[in-house]
This record gives sequence, structure tokens and C-alpha cells, in this order.
Amino acid sequence: MPYTRELKELIKKVEATRSARIEKKRRGEEFHLLSLKEREERLKKYHPDFKEGSRKEIRVGPSKGYAISPEIVDLLEAKSRVNPDFIDLNKVTYETDVLILGGGGAGTAAALTAQENGAKVLIATKLRHGDANTMMAEGGIQAATKGTKDSPYYHYLDVLGGGHFKNPPELVYTLVTEAPKVVAWLENLGCMFTKSPEGRLMTLHGGGTCRKRMHCAADITGAEIMRTLRDEARNRAEHIKVLEFSPAVELILNEHGHCAGAVLYNLETEEYSVVKAKAVVLATGGSGRLHMQGFMTTNHYGATGDGLILGYRAGVKLCFLHAVQYHPTGAVFPEQAEGLLITEKVRGAGANVLNIEGEQFVNEREPRDIESSCFIRECTEIGKGIPTPAGKVGIWLDSPMIEILMGEGAVKREFPGKFILFKRFGIDISKEPMLVYPTLHYQNGGLEYNSRCETSVPGFFAAGEVSGGVHGENRLMGNSLLDVTVFGRIAGVSASLYAKEKAKDGKLNLDHVRRYHRELEEAGIITDRVAPMLLPDYSNPNVREHQLTAHYLGTIR
Amino acid sequence: MPTEEVKKEELVPIFIMGKRYEVPSSLTIQKAFEYAGYQLIRGCGCRGGICGACGTVYRFPGSYKIEVGLACQTVVQPNMYLTQIPFFPATKGVYDMEKIKPTIETLVKAYPELLRCLQCNTCTKSCPMDIEVMDYMAAAMRGDVARLAELSFDCVMCGLCTARCPAEICQYNIAILGRRLYGKYIAPQADHLAAMVKAVEKGKYEQMLRGLMDTDEEALKDLYNKREIEPEQADEDWTPKDKTHL
Ligand SMILES: Cc1cc2nc3c(=O)[nH]c(=O)nc-3n(C[C@H](O)[C@H](O)[C@H](O)COP(=O)(O)OP(=O)(O)OC[C@H]3O[C@@H](n4cnc5c(N)ncnc54)[C@H](O)[C@@H]3O)c2cc1C
Ligand code: FES
Repeated sequence: MPYTRELKELIKKVEATRSARIEKKRRGEEFHLLSLKEREERLKKYHPDFKEGSRKEIRVGPSKGYAISPEIVDLLEAKSRVNPDFIDLNKVTYETDVLILGGGGAGTAAALTAQENGAKVLIATKLRHGDANTMMAEGGIQAATKGTKDSPYYHYLDVLGGGHFKNPPELVYTLVTEAPKVVAWLENLGCMFTKSPEGRLMTLHGGGTCRKRMHCAADITGAEIMRTLRDEARNRAEHIKVLEFSPAVELILNEHGHCAGAVLYNLETEEYSVVKAKAVVLATGGSGRLHMQGFMTTNHYGATGDGLILGYRAGVKLCFLHAVQYHPTGAVFPEQAEGLLITEKVRGAGANVLNIEGEQFVNEREPRDIESSCFIRECTEIGKGIPTPAGKVGIWLDSPMIEILMGEGAVKREFPGKFILFKRFGIDISKEPMLVYPTLHYQNGGLEYNSRCETSVPGFFAAGEVSGGVHGENRLMGNSLLDVTVFGRIAGVSASLYAKEKAKDGKLNLDHVRRYHRELEEAGIITDRVAPMLLPDYSNPNVREHQLTAHYLGTIR
Repeated sequence: MPTEEVKKEELVPIFIMGKRYEVPSSLTIQKAFEYAGYQLIRGCGCRGGICGACGTVYRFPGSYKIEVGLACQTVVQPNMYLTQIPFFPATKGVYDMEKIKPTIETLVKAYPELLRCLQCNTCTKSCPMDIEVMDYMAAAMRGDVARLAELSFDCVMCGLCTARCPAEICQYNIAILGRRLYGKYIAPQADHLAAMVKAVEKGKYEQMLRGLMDTDEEALKDLYNKREIEPEQADEDWTPKDKTHL
């Protein structure tokens, strides 16, 4: 749907201020950045995490008393999808050295390094291999690769500042020192990073960076990384087996208290099966599809936070989950594109964000949580948001500036994916600005782990968005693709070493699930909720009413 | 998103696998499936037009033309007869990236059927991403790996080209081989990257980083606030005034 007449009128106000803003950009004049103190005020007052009712204490398990999103708490305070007494753990369907749960970026990177270390690998994933948040990342991957102006030292500071200085130092150290190595690794695997004709990697700013260190592959960086890793895994199919549409619903421990496999659910045949493994890597990604506070999300269909539930029941603590990341620029118009991510690179490339008067109200490169808070403030308290025909509000993102700053054709060249998409809706983003609003984007926290990806359960490793710590309370753009490749690779190495040297064979059990069920009961939580969720519920309630013989377990029929 | 919001809208008839449903006219095909009562398992991944899980073919009554789209990106139109092709068997060559060269021999060895291409253009017509598939296939047959990589870059690997190819070629897998060859062997390697990797491995930043790790929060905040920010419009050669931590 092209812009309505009303919106087209409003765009004129944006155009009216554009040339002055371009001049300012060219002179290097920027809208002032908020001080740390101002940042804190904005956060506390406007960020959704601080809203009344946005947090609830967990009543059971290793992080009992920790207050996080009620949507996650409800899943933590739910029963297993399987009755432990109904499953015969002696009937093992698959046996492997390293079992990897989740075929996204972290899982696939782990598979590659585990295999290189001589392990037999099985990846079990919920949808197709590569249907994952990794595939969706657009903007880029951070790494200090230009020694004349940048170093891991500055990267470290940026990561900490973004994370509110709460990040465990050892994790950040690992992230920033491994960063150049993984970019080189990806280059060597054949990732087509955007480069100059001499081979210099193009780098841009992202929110909260002090140096331009965001590397990209046009505007589909995650897809380029994901499809390359997947292709490489498929080249090694003899040692890396992949089970698709087979999400894990429970971890299996053994008599020594080590993690020794998982129960999988075949989404198509509805069978449960047992995998026995010497080590398990959890890489199931994030949870945007839980729609915290009813927000729209950028995440893929399978991002339902399953790994949190699995790990928590097995005894691993949660951390940094109280902070949810909202991406400031999700599309709010047209309706069909709602929630869709507009990469931060658009701002990095020079587009201003503007209110209904065509005025700037925030620097476009504040960290995400701050940027989002300022958008919400402008649209609520200040009341200068732009109303959409569907009754929502948005902020202008002035993409045509890029065309003027970087030359004609720049928008199409730098953002081909978004250009085509909006074109289909009758909007030319090289000439008209986009309408955006914060959207649920990233799970900052997760399961506690260390820089070797070990968790508190022996034989159980975590990597990627499912884990928490490295980004502290707020991840900066481009540090997550980095996180999944750095820690994915490490998890693969750690798990394969563990499988070789430390794993101890023993009788499999699901006693931790029984214990967890008991704990729920003791806490007075009587519920028919089940978790993990596996798929979000987008079915039509009117249809459901007529499904007279259908039985749903959680969201799944 | 949940369907309440769209309830009051105008409904249009569509035919999912031949069966008629009435759905709100603003929905994408993907959301129309859900509105009609399907719980999607196959054919739904990113919901954002990049994973290629939701390739869809459709046709209008009275028209000979087969149309294609990604279900998550295509808005329904009245009377479309549609089905998703969420899976299509594909050939996948196996190769060791370290041992191959960016040549036509590599492509043909991994995918001998490449040379069966008739240049009929059906693939281009079936691409929901508007990629010039036939042209990149022509480039592949000439051994022009760079062109193959460039033309196929936006491919989401949905498989619609492969589903319709009369020569039974799996174009999208040939394309990714081409892109990987290009990225690894043809595009010039980044010297500054190699130099940085070496510096890190030699431990150049070890001491400064360990120093930061031992710094308390207040002092860290101070360092953070004092960071020199590279101006957004700065060009490649920009260098900071303070070079002590480079
Ligand atoms: C739209 C978008 C844009 C982004 N842009 C950027 C960016 O520019 N830069 C950046 O650094 N980061 C970006 N991110 C964040 C980043 O892409 C992700 O955080 C990261 O890729 C997560 O990788 P992962 O491997 O941990 O999880 P994913 O890539 O999500 O993979 C998880 C996998 O586990 C599977 N799974 C889930 N549950 C189960 C289960 N129960 N059993 C088995 N398998 C399961 C999923 O299906 C999926 O395949 C973006 C994210 C989104 C959504
Ligand atoms: S669901 Fe991923 S492309 Fe449509």
C-alpha cells in the first residue's frame, strides 16, 4: 500500500527540513548525544522493561525470585510436554558424540568446529536448517579489523557501555579478541563481505560504536553467513547429520548428573525420540515470538525461547533476562510489513530520525535501548509521532538522505532487500522516508555460561542468543552475529573435547524433570500450561471453535 | 499477528490447494493460511522474506500464467489458486573449499547437469526475488564465477527455479558454490584483517584488555565517556588523535 494522501502531506514537512539537515551532516554537525545520566532517565521513564507489570518473579528453579518478563515466567512455570514415566530412555533412536540443538548460526558454527575436532555430530532443529534469526540479520557483524583506527580495546569499551557495564569481563574479552579471527574465518569460507576493489572491508557505525567496525554483506549479512555455514555443513554431511522439524523438548541427564542427550519431537509424525550423546550444545536462539507486552517482533517463526526452558529445568541459572531488546526501527507502515526490521545501517548510512514536524529529536546512533526510549517518548509524552491509517504511531526514518549523501542509486545498492520490498508496496524509499516504531528484537539475557561455553551442568554447553552475559543488559548491533560465530565455534570445540576426554557413560534419566514438576506443585503452581512452546499460536480463534475433535497441547494441535 | 485486528476488513475469496476460503484482503498469503485455520509447520520460517521457506505458486482463473511469490511477502488477491512448495528435492554437490578453484571445471564437477541448461528462461520467470537466474546460469556455463556470484547474490534459496527447471538443474546450489568461490578466491582478501588477526594472536592488545578487565565501573564509565568518536562522515583514512590503544 503506498502512502495515503495524509501521509504524503506530512512527508512534505520532512522534505522541507531535509536540505538544512544534509548541510549539517556534511559539516559533521550531529544532534547531541545524551549523557550517561540522561540516558538512564530516558530508560527508566520510557523503556518498556520499566513499565508497570513488565516483570514478574519466577517461583521455582535455580533462579527463583528473579523477576523477568511474565511471558517467559509463564513458560518456566509450566510442565514438560512429556510425562517422564511414559518415555523409555533405553530405546535410543540416535547416538552421537555431540548433539547440537538448533540449526541457526551458533549451532552450525559449533557443528563445524566439533566435526573438525573429530566428533560425530547431530544437529536437531525445529524448522529447516537455517530457518533462524541468524538468517534474518541484515546490518552486519562487528569486529575491530582496522588497526589504524580501531582495536579490541575500543570494541571492549563499546560492548560494556552498551551493556550498562554489567557484562562479565571474561566473556567480553573473548568476544572482542576472537572477533577479527571469525571474520577472517568467514572470509576464508567464502562469505561475500562488502569490500572495496582493493579488498578493504567496508565498515560502518552502529548504535553505540566509537569506530566504524560493522562489516556487512550488502543488507543480508546474516543470510550470507548462515547460507555459507549451512553449505559448509552440508559438505560434511557424512559427519554432520541434520534432523529438521525435530525440536528438542527436554534434555536428558545420566546417573552421573551429566547431560547426555535430549528428547526430540517430530513435528510431522508427532513421535518423540531419544538421542544419546556424549555432549550437548544448546543453540536454540531467542524468544521474540513470545510477543512480550504485545509488541510486534522481528524474529523468525521458531523464536519461542525453548532453550531457556530446557536449560532451566536441568538446573542452569538465568541472567540478564530482565532486559529485553526492542529495536528502534521496525516498520509500522504498510500493515503487511509490520514489525519488519529496518536495519540500523540505514541510520549508520546517514538517515535522520524525525518527528511529525520533520524535526530531529535524538541522535540516530544512541544504543538501541536509548534510541527506542526516545522514540516512545516522542510518540507518547511529547505527542509528535506520526499517526498511521491503522491507528498506530511511528517516527520518520529519512532514507532519501542517503541518496543525497552517498549519491544516486545508493539506497538501492546498499539496501537492495528493503528497496525491492517497499517497491512492491508502492513506496520508493530512495525518495520517500519510512515509518518506524520500536519492535521486539533480541533476548539480551539467557542461560548462564562461561567463556568456554560451559554451563553448570557437565556436558551441557550453550551458545548464541539463548545464553546470557556477553552483552550485559543491552546488546549492540552487530555483536550478536559476532557472538554466535565466536561462541558457536568455541562451544563446538569445548563439546568435542568433553566428548573425547570427560564424558562418562551412564544410565539415562529424566529425574530433573520429575523434580521440577514436584517443585511446581510444592510452590502451589497448578497449571495445564506446557513448555517449551515450540511454535507460536497464530491460529484463528473462530476456526478453533469449530475444531470439535481437535486437541491442543500448549499451542500445538 | 493475531487476526482480531483485521476482522472488520473486506473479505476476498482465495483457493488454497483448490479449496475456497474468504480472507481479509490485506493479508499476506502466509497470514491468510493461518486465518483459514492452518497451523503452519512447513513453509514458514523467517516471516520476513529472506529464508526462502515459503515459495508459493498461484494462478488466476482464465489465465495460463503461473505466478510465483513468497507467501510471507505477497498480499492475497481475489480468486488466486495457490499452493506452497515448501520442499523440493535438490542435488547438492560436495566439495572441499580448500581444494577447488574458481573455474568452470569446479562447477561442472560438482553439478554436471549444469551443462544441460537450455536457456529457456523458466527459472527467471519463477524467481520471486526477480533474480536473473537464466543469466547467472549462462555466466556459470561460461565459467564467469564473478558474474554468477554477483547476479545471484539476493537468492533466498526457495527452490522455485529448481521445481520448474525442465533440465532438472538445481540453480540455487550452483549459485552458492559460485558465491563461495568468489568470496574465497576472486574477491581480493582484506590485508588489514589479516594484519589484525596477527596482532591479536601475538598478544598485542593483551595487556590493555587485561587492564580494562580490572578497571572498576566508575573508571570504566569515565573511559567510555571520553572515547573519541569517529565522525559519521569521516572517510576511510580517518585516524584518532589518541593512538595509545591501537
Ligand atoms: C531481523 C533481525 C535482524 C538482526 N540483525 C542483526 C545484525 O545486523 N547484526 C547482529 O549482530 N545481529 C542481528 N540480529 C540478531 C542475530 O541475528 C541473532 O541474535 C543471532 O543470529 C542468533 O543466533 P543463534 O544461533 O543463537 O539463534 P538462531 O539463529 O535463531 O538459531 C536458533 C535455531 O534453533 C532452532 N530451535 C529453536 N527452538 C528449538 C528447539 N526446541 N529444538 C531444536 N531447535 C530449536 C531454531 O529453529 C533456529 O534454527 C538480528 C536478528 C533479527 C531477528
Ligand atoms: S517465511 Fe522466510 S521467506 Fe517467507
